[in-house]
This record gives sequence, C-alpha cells and structure tokens, in this order.
Amino acid sequence: MATANTFVQIGSTVTVGSGGAANISFSSIPATYTDLVLIISGRSDYAATISRAKMQINAITTNYSNTMAYGDGSSVSSTTNTDYITYIYSVGSTATASTFSNSNIYIPNYAGSNYKSVSVDSVTENNATAAYAVIEAGLLSNTAAISSLTITDANSGNFVQYSTASLYGILKY
Amino acid sequence: MATKIIVDCSTGTTTEVELTAEEVAQQEVDAKAYVIEQAERDADAKAKADAKASAQAKLAALGLTADEIAALGN
Repeated sequence: MATANTFVQIGSTVTVGSGGAANISFSSIPATYTDLVLIISGRSDYAATISRAKMQINAITTNYSNTMAYGDGSSVSSTTNTDYITYIYSVGSTATASTFSNSNIYIPNYAGSNYKSVSVDSVTENNATAAYAVIEAGLLSNTAAISSLTITDANSGNFVQYSTASLYGILKY
Repeated sequence: MATKIIVDCSTGTTTEVELTAEEVAQQEVDAKAYVIEQAERDADAKAKADAKASAQAKLAALGLTADEIAALGN
C-alpha cells in the first residue's frame, strides 16, 4: 500500500537508446492512485531549436482542448487548440548539443469518472536567446479512467538517446 | 525504421517495437499540421507586433512622448 502524499514510480524509467524512439507509452496504468505525474527529459532529432510532442490518453484522438502561454526568449504569446494535449516541448537538434527539455505533466483524479484535466509545465534549454518556457491547461472530455499515456514527437522526429520519461502515482487519501 | 517504447505498468516490462504503417502515416500528418500551425502562430505574432508599432506611431504623431506612450502600457 502506497503512503499518502508521496510519489510512487509506476513501471520503470524509460531511457531512449541509441536508435531513438518516435514515441514512448505507458500502458496498463493501475487505478491505484489519485493523481499521475509524468516527467520527461526530451531532445528530438527534428531540425529546429525546439520540437513539439503530443500526449495521447487511452489512444483517444478527439475531444481534447487546451490553452497555453509560452515565452520564446524574445516575446510571449498564447494559443489554443483541440489537437491532443500538445506543446510538451523538446529540445530540437539545432539547439546547444547535449541539452534536454524538462517537462512536468500533472493529471489529477485520473481514475475517476469525470473529464480529465491536465496541466503541463515545459521548458527547453539552449545556450542562445531562443529557449522556450510553456505552461498549458488541457482537458479531455472523456470520462474513462486513464490507463495509458503515449508521448509522440509530433514533427515526425524521434526522441534521441538519453531522453527519459518517468511516470509516478500520488495517493492523496 | 522508427520505433516506439512501451512500458507495461502491470508487469514492469519495457519493450521496443517498430511503428505500424498507420502510425508512420499519422506522424507525417502531424508534422504537416505542425508546420501550418507554426506559420499561423508566427503570422499572428507579427500582426500583433505590427499593430502595436502602428498604434505607437500614431500616438507619437499626436505629440505623446515615448515615456507617455510607455505609460499607457504594453
């Protein structure tokens, strides 16, 4: 039995190997916990200073909505869309070598029967002006308990070697 | 061939498998959509910057100083 209000790792940390990976999935997530936290350190082989990853829940492709605010080192902007819980940013291949993004994705009440809300805090690293900081609030209008999460590089790129993803459960009660 | 990594949380096992043809096709669709979205965001940001510069120029033409324009906010 997990101790309340602590992070408990679910499954094991994924560390991408030398061949890269187009996506990373956590399947058969137990409904044991109250909240989920997914932590990603990512770099893509997409040829830009950043790349974007999308998070798909339970292989669902519709009924997402989200809004985000981001800074790119020069200005701030905001946008909305209905295409997955997107804008989990990775460092792209033209950014400073060996740098990675840090992304924290929080999913409260993932096993309940309400719609599923998601908050994302994501930053990239680059030894130049163009580095991104992103916060995002997302909603999946679907009541099914979350049993799988898939993170995919949305630019047809791959997560490169040493990118990592770890899933944690938090039991609040 | 692109691959995906799957963690089965019920067993703790991690496997790496090749993407299906459908997944590869979806990747290509997503990539094209991203390019379009990025262009739209860039255009929106430029339009906002242009409107701001235009407004500031009009205020300056009315006789406001740079400090007075700045005091009106960003």
